[in-house]
Amino acid sequence: MNFPKDLKYTASHEWVRIENGVATVGITDFAQGELGDIVFVELPAVGATVGAGKPFGTVEAVKAVSDLNAPLSGEVVATNGDLQGSPDAVNKDAYGKGWMVKIKLSDPAEAAKLMDADAYDKMEKHGH
Amino acid sequence: MEKKTPFYDQHLKHGGKVVPFAGFLMPVQFFGIIDEHRHVRARAGLFDVSHMGEIEVRGPDALKFVSFVTVNDPAALAVDQVQYSAMCYRDAGIVDDLLVYRFPDHFFLVVNASNVDKDFAWLQEQAKGFNVTLKNTSDQVAQLALQGPTAEQLLQKICDLKLSEMKFYWFKVGKVDGIEMIVSRTGYTGEDGFELYFDVKYADQIWDALFKAGAEFDLKPIGLGARDSLRLEMKYCLYGNDIDQTTTPLEAGLGWITKLKKQGDFNGKDVLLKQKAGGVKRKLVGFEVEGNAFPRQHYKVMKDGKQIGEVTSGVFSPSVAKGIGTAYVATEFSKTGDSFEVEIRGKGVPAKVVETPFYKHGTHK
Repeated sequence: MNFPKDLKYTASHEWVRIENGVATVGITDFAQGELGDIVFVELPAVGATVGAGKPFGTVEAVKAVSDLNAPLSGEVVATNGDLQGSPDAVNKDAYGKGWMVKIKLSDPAEAAKLMDADAYDKMEKHGH
Repeated sequence: MEKKTPFYDQHLKHGGKVVPFAGFLMPVQFFGIIDEHRHVRARAGLFDVSHMGEIEVRGPDALKFVSFVTVNDPAALAVDQVQYSAMCYRDAGIVDDLLVYRFPDHFFLVVNASNVDKDFAWLQEQAKGFNVTLKNTSDQVAQLALQGPTAEQLLQKICDLKLSEMKFYWFKVGKVDGIEMIVSRTGYTGEDGFELYFDVKYADQIWDALFKAGAEFDLKPIGLGARDSLRLEMKYCLYGNDIDQTTTPLEAGLGWITKLKKQGDFNGKDVLLKQKAGGVKRKLVGFEVEGNAFPRQHYKVMKDGKQIGEVTSGVFSPSVAKGIGTAYVATEFSKTGDSFEVEIRGKGVPAKVVETPFYKHGTHK
């Protein structure tokens, strides 16, 4: 399983890359594998406010649907419009072309609660 | 603890993602549900369906007994013919749906994996007063489904039966790769294909022989995920989703297998006769939704703010490229073209009843 070391992770299988107070968010390679073929990603509008741990969108796979939870609080400053036409980018490139939203953080200190790659890997292996 | 089918190691070898299903460890997918789905529609796929249950009915009253416990008419079957049927309780709720095979001297019933124990206990209880013997052979029988437009050509390479002469829903006992087995022209995908039933001890041999013969046809293993989307595109019922003990065959659109005029009594007959005369209050319909929202089991079906039904199966249909589903809705909203809303995460998404099957180009004969 591929969990890049430079990213942070949530227990609900989102990844986060924080740069200059802006968090880029997607779902992990483990999450996309569990969901299978993703056919639609529903994302909030730019300008929407999201709260840490609260749902902000959904991922529809052929067999299942899953909530997306915001890892951190803030304002959505960008969404990945390419996922409308090619939602399978999440399956093919979860940490790259499969990114979902960018959040301008309102409380950067929340990031301390996120897991690093080792902690996430351990949690995933123990089946939580 | 889940059981393993005799093909468990093959699934791992082929990269299958194995999950618990109906008491078995089964592959949900091998190389992606949508790609697997399309591969079966266009080429050929092999499904391990060994989790299915098999029950033999023997004895002088075998025909009378099978007729009593099922809604279809086994007397109409010729030897070597197969029939889709359902077993009902006295109140016409469905115990299970099944295939009934007629042999010269016995009947062979193929039932759902999750229902084998329940079905066998039910049949034993119902057998009182009938001169029959029942045998649950589920653990001794391996079952593979070879499905897809090239299935006949592929299987013919290693089968001694003349497959071009076998019609849909007929079977023969013959040899595949030298091993005697039941070769049945049936399936759950809408494509042409065969289901093979044989002794579990030949599992690896037959699996390998099919892949060897299938190399030129690009045969691939297919998981349960695509099995579900393929069957739903045909609106084939899935027990536990579309039918169960609270639904009757007439509500489920299975009037075509419900032979109310057949000779003798059968379980559920009284209730079904009344439903037939008075009309059913709800019907299982196939519907499509608008846009990028997908129906799932248990979502509510709404009309003018009131709940009129519930979704029983839903999926993104690779062939139709839309969200499709089945739902029980009040009969007044069940005609083709009728519209309603499916409540998806708090929002009413427009949906309409469509002609089924959803996929109309299947190659099944």
